[in-house]
Amino acid sequence: MIAHAIFFYTFSLIAIVSAIMVTASKNTVHSVFFLILDFISISCLFIMIGAEFLGMIMLIVYVGAVAVLFLFVVMMLNVAQQKNQWFAGQQSSRHIPVGLIISMLIFFEIIIVIGGWKYKPEIFDINNSINQTSISNTHSLGQILYTDYIHVFQISGMILLVAMVGAIVLTFRQRSGVKRQSYIKQISRERAQGVEVLEVQSNKGVKIDD
Amino acid sequence: MEYLSIVFQEVYKILFLLVPVLVSVAMIVWLDRRVWAFVQKRQGPNVVGPFGLLQSLADALKYIFKEIIIPSSSNKVIFILAPIVTMTLALIAWAVIPFSATQVLADINVGILYLFAVSSLGVYGIIMGGWASNSKYPFLGAIRSAAQMVSYEVSIGVIIINVLLCVGSLNLNDIVIAQQNMWFVIPLFPMFVIFFISALAETNRPPFDLPEAEAELVAGYQTEYSGMMYAMFWLGEYANILLMCAMGAILFLGGWMSPIDVYPFTLIPNAIWLILKILLLFILFALVKAIVPRYRYDQLMKLGWKVFLPLSLIWVVLTASYLFYFNLLPVN
Repeated sequence: MIAHAIFFYTFSLIAIVSAIMVTASKNTVHSVFFLILDFISISCLFIMIGAEFLGMIMLIVYVGAVAVLFLFVVMMLNVAQQKNQWFAGQQSSRHIPVGLIISMLIFFEIIIVIGGWKYKPEIFDINNSINQTSISNTHSLGQILYTDYIHVFQISGMILLVAMVGAIVLTFRQRSGVKRQSYIKQISRERAQGVEVLEVQSNKGVKIDD
Repeated sequence: MEYLSIVFQEVYKILFLLVPVLVSVAMIVWLDRRVWAFVQKRQGPNVVGPFGLLQSLADALKYIFKEIIIPSSSNKVIFILAPIVTMTLALIAWAVIPFSATQVLADINVGILYLFAVSSLGVYGIIMGGWASNSKYPFLGAIRSAAQMVSYEVSIGVIIINVLLCVGSLNLNDIVIAQQNMWFVIPLFPMFVIFFISALAETNRPPFDLPEAEAELVAGYQTEYSGMMYAMFWLGEYANILLMCAMGAILFLGGWMSPIDVYPFTLIPNAIWLILKILLLFILFALVKAIVPRYRYDQLMKLGWKVFLPLSLIWVVLTASYLFYFNLLPVN
């Protein structure tokens, strides 16, 4: 158990320190790298409490895809040159109250959820089905997600789809004069369309209309 | 004291796995160059040692004694971290590869997800190297590879779902044992082909080696690297290729099981069968490098998103409905 505790405190320390460094570091790209470190240590914590499926999905989705795109955008927009001002500066101090309100809200939400879990565990009947040790984490998650919560699952999928369509519509612009390659056109070209044999008279040349 | 003995045992096991992997990476580089040479009617490396087998060791020695140059305008911490990340990620994934029913370092429940997660993290080594170099060519290479690896990961994930539908478990040993009667390469052959091509793109192998296309980007994200740091990128890349071959062997070619379950074949240890299958896939990788010209970038993206993703999604629906209709869904 001592080893377990050591690992737990190591990972949570890394998670908290890197979360602070996300906001505190001067370089935006460094912030994203700290965010990635944070994701990785959180997924390690998930694995330690036995939620190995969640931990791996966290790694695949957040670290493997979302953070890559974050990094991609941050590098492409060249915000690395802009210094991230913390504490100092008139600009950033205006945002501090908003940030405080949001973080207080999240904090109270977490307190409410954890309090309910701690003092009224019978409300959370999901616990009973998860605690069966005979089936694996992935199986139990699938059994709940695709039966009891199928509508919530589908609705969240639809929301993601709508968000994706919205992003595409916002950024899509029709450009004229762009040549596009069409494989079918290329393959189905006949000899008659591509080659023309001309009789060339000497000293006259040929006029090719294009 | 008890802890210490457990730790020593694990360290011993890890060394017993990693040293052969590193040696085989060196050998596989030689094999790659040799196959490439034979396709082009050349001899390839054949001077150092018997058949040139020690060529990679000579190269490694050369890399070790070369000077490591860190560009003055680079971001030093990330610049040094990048090859380390590549190498580490390529090596930690071998922890879950089963060499037989019992010979596996970590027999975890979500083995295939772990493999997928680690291979999707592989892009970080490249992005970090490309960005920290603070130079045009590496940066272009890094951005190309980020887009490429993320898009081909999607189709690999969907292909893995196909296999999981037939198995009903995420454990790699269960996946191997489920292929006792028939390797998945037979019912899921189109998926095997797509997996193979996506694996080529995921490991930045030709014809999809755009991140390091030497004709346009010098050496892509590796341009500013020298000496041992370059060698580490290179080792990590080949270890990743071997890993993708191992993944293909486990998902589609029956992993450590012998192809025919009769007397003379069963004498050969399971690990040898897995190694033979990995080698077979690797020789295919090497042949593709020798005979296929490089893709253009827009063609690469088109292939990933407009051909492979819809095709593998349709195949998921087909597999699921077939299994459901004939009541073959694995239930435990």
